[in-house]
Amino acid sequence: MAGKVKWVTDIEKSVLINNFEKRGWVQVTENEDWNFYWMSVQTIRNVFSVETGYRLSDDQIVNHFPNHYELTRKDLMVKNIKRYRKELEKEGSPLAEKDENGKYLYLDFVPVTYMLPADYNLFVEEFRKSPSSTWIMKPCGKAQGKGIFLINKLSQIKKWSRDSKTSTFVPQSTKEAYVISLYVSNPLLIGGRKFDLRLYVLVSTYRPLRCYMYKLGFCRFCTVKYTPSTSELDNMFVHLTNVAIQKHGEDYNHIHGGKWTVNNLRLYLESTRGKEVTSKLFDEIHWIIVQSLKAVAPVMNNDKHCFECYGYDIIIDDKLKPWLIEVNASPSLTSSTANDRILKYNLINDTLNIAVPNGEIPDCKWNKSPPKEVLGNYEILYDEELAQSDGADRELRSRPGQPLGPRASRTRDSGRSALSTWK
Amino acid sequence: MMLLTHSHTLLASPPCDAFLRLLDGRPVGEQKELLNKWNEMGTDEPDLSLFRPVYAPKDFLEVLINLRNPNYENGDSLSFRTHLGLIQVPLKVKDIPELKECFAELGLNTGQLGIDDSTQVPPELFENEHVRIGQKVLAEQDSAAAQQYIRQGSPTALRAELWALILNISSQPEDILYYEQLKMNVIQHDLLVDSLIYKDVKLTASNDDYYFVFEDYLYQMKKQRFRTQAHTATRNPSQICQFSSPVLLCFSRDTSVLGHFAYNSASPPKSYIRGKLGLEEYAVFYPPNGVIPFHGFSMYVAPLCFLYHEPYKLYQIFREMYVRFFFRLHSISSHPSGIVSLCLLFETLLQTYLPQLFYHLREIGAQPLRISFKWMVRAFSGYLATDQLLLLWDRILGYNSLEILAVLAAAVFAFRAVNLMEVTSLAAAEAVLADLSTLKVMPLLQIFLFATVT
Repeated sequence: MAGKVKWVTDIEKSVLINNFEKRGWVQVTENEDWNFYWMSVQTIRNVFSVETGYRLSDDQIVNHFPNHYELTRKDLMVKNIKRYRKELEKEGSPLAEKDENGKYLYLDFVPVTYMLPADYNLFVEEFRKSPSSTWIMKPCGKAQGKGIFLINKLSQIKKWSRDSKTSTFVPQSTKEAYVISLYVSNPLLIGGRKFDLRLYVLVSTYRPLRCYMYKLGFCRFCTVKYTPSTSELDNMFVHLTNVAIQKHGEDYNHIHGGKWTVNNLRLYLESTRGKEVTSKLFDEIHWIIVQSLKAVAPVMNNDKHCFECYGYDIIIDDKLKPWLIEVNASPSLTSSTANDRILKYNLINDTLNIAVPNGEIPDCKWNKSPPKEVLGNYEILYDEELAQSDGADRELRSRPGQPLGPRASRTRDSGRSALSTWK
Repeated sequence: MMLLTHSHTLLASPPCDAFLRLLDGRPVGEQKELLNKWNEMGTDEPDLSLFRPVYAPKDFLEVLINLRNPNYENGDSLSFRTHLGLIQVPLKVKDIPELKECFAELGLNTGQLGIDDSTQVPPELFENEHVRIGQKVLAEQDSAAAQQYIRQGSPTALRAELWALILNISSQPEDILYYEQLKMNVIQHDLLVDSLIYKDVKLTASNDDYYFVFEDYLYQMKKQRFRTQAHTATRNPSQICQFSSPVLLCFSRDTSVLGHFAYNSASPPKSYIRGKLGLEEYAVFYPPNGVIPFHGFSMYVAPLCFLYHEPYKLYQIFREMYVRFFFRLHSISSHPSGIVSLCLLFETLLQTYLPQLFYHLREIGAQPLRISFKWMVRAFSGYLATDQLLLLWDRILGYNSLEILAVLAAAVFAFRAVNLMEVTSLAAAEAVLADLSTLKVMPLLQIFLFATVT
């Protein structure tokens, strides 16, 4: 295993490059022999495409799964989750249990969503059931809050109706595809402001599913106080938490960047709401992340050369119910504040420690089971292999979500996480 | 009073308007207009570029350094008894053996939150039982027991209630009503000191990683465009109050705070109605609560926002914390929890138990108090991580004393002593001590008091 790891990237970010350099890895171009390629999502499409793609050898690793879009495109994510739920229902799994209103008890974590223009009529039917509700329109293939807007009247989305005479676009053109979701108009507010959670999840393999959650997630606050007032529906500073949007606001502060650590959130919730409901909230968040991964696992191309670090966006409503908003394949590596830079640097560092063991030239045939010591700020979220071998003698360990500070999960020493006590 | 002479720096323009506003209420028509403006788009901020805080901690330190007891004859010759620090007032302060007795519950053999609830310790050993006892104390509403209990720290979920119990805050309907009246007062009358508060919040809490979220609880700064609410404003002023919770603004107008001057050696500043200077019947305390805020004042409230989200509760707790504890940090007295004693305690601890460090810092022109003063004046708010700060304030409540602030300050110096011994300037010393956000308070205190060889 002599020789240094040769790396390539097409994302010029210091948090990446500093991490490669500190490991003594050697930078090469993509035409040369490389071992590690941190690529953008455009590049991964080329690598695995039928025409231009090429075979990766055993000592090459990339940071995306070939069809990650099954999870990271808004429309496909919803499709896969819906399919997953139906499958569980068909096989009579207790997870698919519904309440008296027909809502899933355990799997209702994505707001009601329709694809446009394909499901336009279905959407209209749903809209008419509660005509005072607000819906959010999101383009399927965009990021950073681009192209998002809120509506509360059917007339505002006339051009997506299938038989609209004013419609001029080509049907099913993926660029114009939108999803429309029921807007969470009662978000949990702190200090009167809306916020969302950004959590990082590393997946090293989908079958068996092995995923890790980064303990140092953060909340992104809006700079402006929240109001559900219809007159403010077009004020993106009230509704969209993306930093890319908020940083253009008048009150954006470059010192804290409108970000809170997840530990602060925990402290606040425990202090004001109590420990049980806070632990329950965090357990639910872990649950929905794992379920979303399980939903796409069957359709994912579980290429052994791949790992992926996702950015999960979660919104908590005022009943302390978490909602999965979307999953990002390429979470931003730009740093908006000093703390941010440190966090992202450490994130990449810990990710590389898990994906490229010992910092040596990788061998894709390895079992992808890193020792506990290298996890850094990651903790095991779900390990399917361990969960299955556990079987009947699994006991409920102490709650995984620990309050405050640099406390690691108490179950670390067992090598498996209490987060996986449910199958 | 030296402090009041700084007040001329407060005035923007023109001076006479500002003084008029001191005492006069607004005519009804103007009030209506204000209510409308309250909800207008854009920032309605006063131009604060000409405002500076009345005083900052370092100004206050200069005053303390110059305090002398005219009856005290020290003699000119230096001896081993000579105090090498900045404070030259011979107040009695405790030494470590006395502190160990006083803070016995922080000892090595007693369980603590902040130490014995860490991941490596199984919760069955201490934490679970401690939580159970806390719940029992709350169920019985026993204030004295709560105070004793909290010396070992409070579980996060119980803290809000425990503090309320210890501070005897019960939020009766009349308390809520009192607070609502203060809020109406905020809308109806403008005070010059409001601008000071506004500026302070903007300079401190708004920039803080932990507290920026709550800046609107401290002062409503951003007036948003609520087109529909603008109409409501003229009909129902109390509806607007729901949107803003200006704790500090209410605090300035709360004359009940004047009561604490009965046991505070300071006096509230007085102002006289125009043309009646010196005539007591025309004297008015200004601000109404007698407390002039200094730079960093809003940081006393900010941590409490993590515990209380009902505004009237937040207000009551803050007010009580202020009249019991915080006022001592910025008024001059000989009380053992007063800032003068705390400074002396800090310096004495350092000089007695870390003489080499103390001497070295003094030699390079970095008197330790110059660095630690700001921590103590703010009760460490804004310097420690919030969860650590709350553990510290638990002990302030539990021991009903602020001496722990001085002990912690000394413990921080002891912790970073190795690095401090290598610095050669005040700036370098400040740099070593600039970031306290990673410190764990309870281990530091425990080691300093109970595990250091003295």
